[in-house]
Amino acid sequence: MTSEFVLVVNGERRTVAASPWRRLLDVVREDLGLTGTKEGCGEGECGACTVLLDGVPVNACLVVVGQAAEREVTTVEGLAVGGVLHAVQRELVARGGAQCGICTPGIAVCAKAIVDSGACRGDDVRARVRELLSGNICRCTGYQLIVDAVVAAAASVDGGAA
Amino acid sequence: MTGYLRPRDDAEAIALRAAHPDYLVLAGGTDLLVSAHHKPAPVGILDVAGRFAGITVDDGGARIGAGTSWRAIATSLELAARWPILAAAAREVGALQIQNRGTLGGNIATSSPVGDGLPVLLALDATLHLASARGTRALPYRAFATGYRKTALGADELITSIELAPPPAGAFLGWRKVGTRAAQSISKVMAAAMIEIVDGRIVAARFALGAVADRPIRIGAAEAAAIGQPADAATAAAVAAATRAAIAPIDDVRSTSAYRRQIAGALLARFVDNAGRR
Repeated sequence: MTSEFVLVVNGERRTVAASPWRRLLDVVREDLGLTGTKEGCGEGECGACTVLLDGVPVNACLVVVGQAAEREVTTVEGLAVGGVLHAVQRELVARGGAQCGICTPGIAVCAKAIVDSGACRGDDVRARVRELLSGNICRCTGYQLIVDAVVAAAASVDGGAA
Repeated sequence: MTGYLRPRDDAEAIALRAAHPDYLVLAGGTDLLVSAHHKPAPVGILDVAGRFAGITVDDGGARIGAGTSWRAIATSLELAARWPILAAAAREVGALQIQNRGTLGGNIATSSPVGDGLPVLLALDATLHLASARGTRALPYRAFATGYRKTALGADELITSIELAPPPAGAFLGWRKVGTRAAQSISKVMAAAMIEIVDGRIVAARFALGAVADRPIRIGAAEAAAIGQPADAATAAAVAAATRAAIAPIDDVRSTSAYRRQIAGALLARFVDNAGRR
């Protein structure tokens, strides 16, 4: 048995029929076909399924569909605007901040939120980026280049310096 | 089929709880939804995410709405100024995504023995405010956890807020979480303390531990070993010994009983030591 829920996904109103117990992760991937969002652990530990819920990074495996109803969900597919990549995506590409790629969408989504919110401004930006991205685990352990990319994206968004 | 209810305001949440005591009360979901796809669906979901949220601080203390996120607690300058151990614990809950969703009230209600905020609430002697359609009541947090994930919360009740009194002036407050990694990993041991020293002697002490029993616990024997004594090495050693004798932690995938007992004693002893050095 299912209920109907309306979600605003990447700016578009989408209606899904699902059990209220269905995870937002499954709705996004299977019901809406947005497979950029990955499932790593299903336990909130790896961050691969990170999406923005009303602009805030959350693990889509730890949200049930009703909790996202009438809210804005942004997946990695929604980061680029008019075909132009977000600064974090551009820098991840330019600096090789991806290896196998499974963690990359979650990292891009989380990094977009922290870069746009100004949360990685201030002293020791590198350490702040590492702390704020500590919920996104890369098992290729390509963290140096990922952090390089996010730091560069923050500089670019904040002042066009990069 | 699974029902789903999202109250429009706090009063409606309390009314819906009375009408649906068999529903799962779901806030941030960071505990209850772990591996949700492998769990049977509940009869219904009462979605209280975003309800009972907000932090109010005045001279009388702090009122933290049960639905306040860890992130809001971690970034509150007012809480950091007077209850720094709660802000410190909040910063060590999971990572950003978990802190954005997880709530203090959820931590209290699911009552995991490894709930990160819980030893801090014991050390601060927090008071819980509970509400149902029958009325409201206040309950000291120390009387709330009654067993493994068992609590004194009634089937028709919701936790609405957590009240913190200002710590005694000049009191030492300590917090330490020991795990395999700073972010995300579930704790092996957590310790929190409040130590008040007057004229060179400890006049009040609250020592709390997490992950060493079926619920977060105060260590009364360690408190008794400290009160009336100077905060020196001998008292620290007595606190460590009393702590190790008082607890019976388990072996599990995260740690061993022997390690937990050793570390728990060392953490509380270090708090005494640090309190004495100030």
